[in-house]
Amino acid sequence: MTAAVFFGCAFIAFGPALALYIFTIATEPLRIIFLIIGAFFWLVSLLLSSLVWFLAGTITENKDGPVQKYLLMFGVLVSVFIQEVFRFGYYKILKAKRPSFPPLALRRRGYGFQTFSSLCSFIKASEGLKNISADETALSMRLLAYVSGLGFGIMSGVFSFVNTLSDSLGPGTVGIHGDSPQFFLVSAFMTLVIIMLHLFWGIVFFDGCEKKKWYALLLVLLTHLLVSTLTFINPHYGISLVSAYIIMVLMGIWAFFAAGGSCRSLKLCLLCQDKDFLLFSQRSR
Amino acid sequence: MLTFMASDSEEEVCDERTSLMSAESPTPRSCQEGRPGPEDGESAAPWRGQDGEEDHEEDPDHYVCSGVPGRPPGLEEELTLKYGAKHVIMLFVPVTLCMIVVVATIKSVRFYTEKNGQLIYTPFTEDTPSVGQRLLNSVLNTLIMISVIVVMTIFLVLLYKYRCYKFIHGWLIMSSLMLLFLFSYIYLGEVLKTYNVAMDYPTLFLTVWNFGAVGMVCIHWKGPLVLQQAYLIMISALMALVFIKYLPEWSAWVILGAISVYDLVAVLCPKGPLRMLVETAQERNEPIFPALIYSSAMVWTVGMAKLDPSSQGALQLPYDPEMEEDSYDSFGEPSYPEVCEPPLPGYPGEELEEEEERGVKLGLGDFIFYSVLVGKAAATGSGDWNTTLACFVAILIGLCLTLLLLAVFKKALPALPISITFGLVFYFSTDNLVRPFMDTLAFHQLYI
Repeated sequence: MTAAVFFGCAFIAFGPALALYIFTIATEPLRIIFLIIGAFFWLVSLLLSSLVWFLAGTITENKDGPVQKYLLMFGVLVSVFIQEVFRFGYYKILKAKRPSFPPLALRRRGYGFQTFSSLCSFIKASEGLKNISADETALSMRLLAYVSGLGFGIMSGVFSFVNTLSDSLGPGTVGIHGDSPQFFLVSAFMTLVIIMLHLFWGIVFFDGCEKKKWYALLLVLLTHLLVSTLTFINPHYGISLVSAYIIMVLMGIWAFFAAGGSCRSLKLCLLCQDKDFLLFSQRSR
Repeated sequence: MLTFMASDSEEEVCDERTSLMSAESPTPRSCQEGRPGPEDGESAAPWRGQDGEEDHEEDPDHYVCSGVPGRPPGLEEELTLKYGAKHVIMLFVPVTLCMIVVVATIKSVRFYTEKNGQLIYTPFTEDTPSVGQRLLNSVLNTLIMISVIVVMTIFLVLLYKYRCYKFIHGWLIMSSLMLLFLFSYIYLGEVLKTYNVAMDYPTLFLTVWNFGAVGMVCIHWKGPLVLQQAYLIMISALMALVFIKYLPEWSAWVILGAISVYDLVAVLCPKGPLRMLVETAQERNEPIFPALIYSSAMVWTVGMAKLDPSSQGALQLPYDPEMEEDSYDSFGEPSYPEVCEPPLPGYPGEELEEEEERGVKLGLGDFIFYSVLVGKAAATGSGDWNTTLACFVAILIGLCLTLLLLAVFKKALPALPISITFGLVFYFSTDNLVRPFMDTLAFHQLYI
């Protein structure tokens, strides 16, 4: 409890997302707007799923006991479906509105996204991106995939964790009734993995939609369902948390390649030898 | 209300180049004959706090200017589009800051959530046994409040029409005095009480005096842009806190709904008082009291040697954006976000140096009502942060949509209705539907 736990858990859960926001989104007004619109879409999906859960609860007349647990599981599954539907809806809107969306210029520049999406070098990527963003006026679909995924992730993470976080400030003892004393820490790590997963799902999803690879959409939905159902076995954190992180790493690798990264560009970036590559693509470091 | 505005700031060249910006907004440029659009009907955010002083200054001048003649229309379009997102963010930041101040105060200082009486504008109490009676009382409170607002707005329009500028200026100065000194003194006192910090009277006097005096200077005369903006945000937050404290619960929600309907009507109807005010100001070619508007105008200086066939190159000429801020007085105007298009010099064969102001203006009333909504959500949401965040996102989206509509319709639009509607919908749905769902999920540590 107290401030140490509060700040520690807050930075564990939201640190990477905050860093991504500061380095890649905060400088460009358009991206901020799309981020907030993505967050709004997630919020509407949550609203719909809460409505479904509430209606299901009233239909079963709010009996106590295992019915509530099953109802909750049903609510979770429905919520995952609705979230993916809204992700698809957001993609459709972006695709339809992009040609005439007032704040956007009409040029496509996709090349800036390759290094951009590479996880390991996101700081270098953001430097390169800063140079691009000085004259960038268009948003490619890849960039929008990243921004929308981050928007979904941030909103999801915030809604899951902020009440828990504010409770961690107050007086209390964790696990006094025999629950796990690592409640806050595990929740923070789980929130982090959810945020990053939403980010990767966004990239993979949009890429699948663009290239008409419908199996990608199905896989995103399935992994999302998997991660959520794994949390049903909490507090056996070993299984749920570790598998969620494994899925995150796998999705991250898939998203990296879906966004146009390659082993070669990654190697060049890590060894800081990508000057020629950047020069070829007419960007500066 | 959102309108396009471009104003000429030639007479303020010297001021703009220094860091001190005049508090007066520049007079509109003469290219108004290009396209006098319908301007706003911004509904006044009428009503000030307890002592009945109300500023109904509203209606920022809206001038629709199609830019310098000779500029290719496509270029204009691209400029508008290119800077549209920037203006949205220029409004997001102060609105967010105001809401953060209000929510932080509500969550930490008990004073603003305690019930200690009501304003005289809401005489009916809500401590009634039956739900129907409570609802009736809140509707009556709303009717009284809205009619006070309408009366004050009409009074303001009449004053302006008959050129009683001194009266209006005096009124504005009185209300900003009260806000900057009295309300901030009370606020400081409550914050000190909450954190149990002792402060002696001489220090208190010095602090409040400096704060208030600098605020008066910044708002009514000259001051650095950022300081003016900060003072504007602070007084909007103070006003919103007063409303959150003194408006009874149900009345607050009904008033929020009613004021956005009034905003819609006053801005878009031909005979709305705000619209008449703006049209009068346009006829007289003078700015409507910039006191009640938050402005983040940027001044662009574009120099062009001579016309060349690639006059598109005018875009690439170096320019210095300088921040200029209009003065704003106390709160009260329903928002007018105004987006100015930068006219480009397009006169052939001349050396032309032109200053254009483009910026966004949002009435302080909008700040206040957005903050009231989010603050009420924070105060009554039983400690729930999800409701507050949902209302916050909803209001930002509403503002974004309104600015988008502004870019599409290019005429004055009210900024309250969409945001407040979204905010209200999300408040009630999040509080009643999402909160139990998320609480249950968090309890079992399930993640969706």
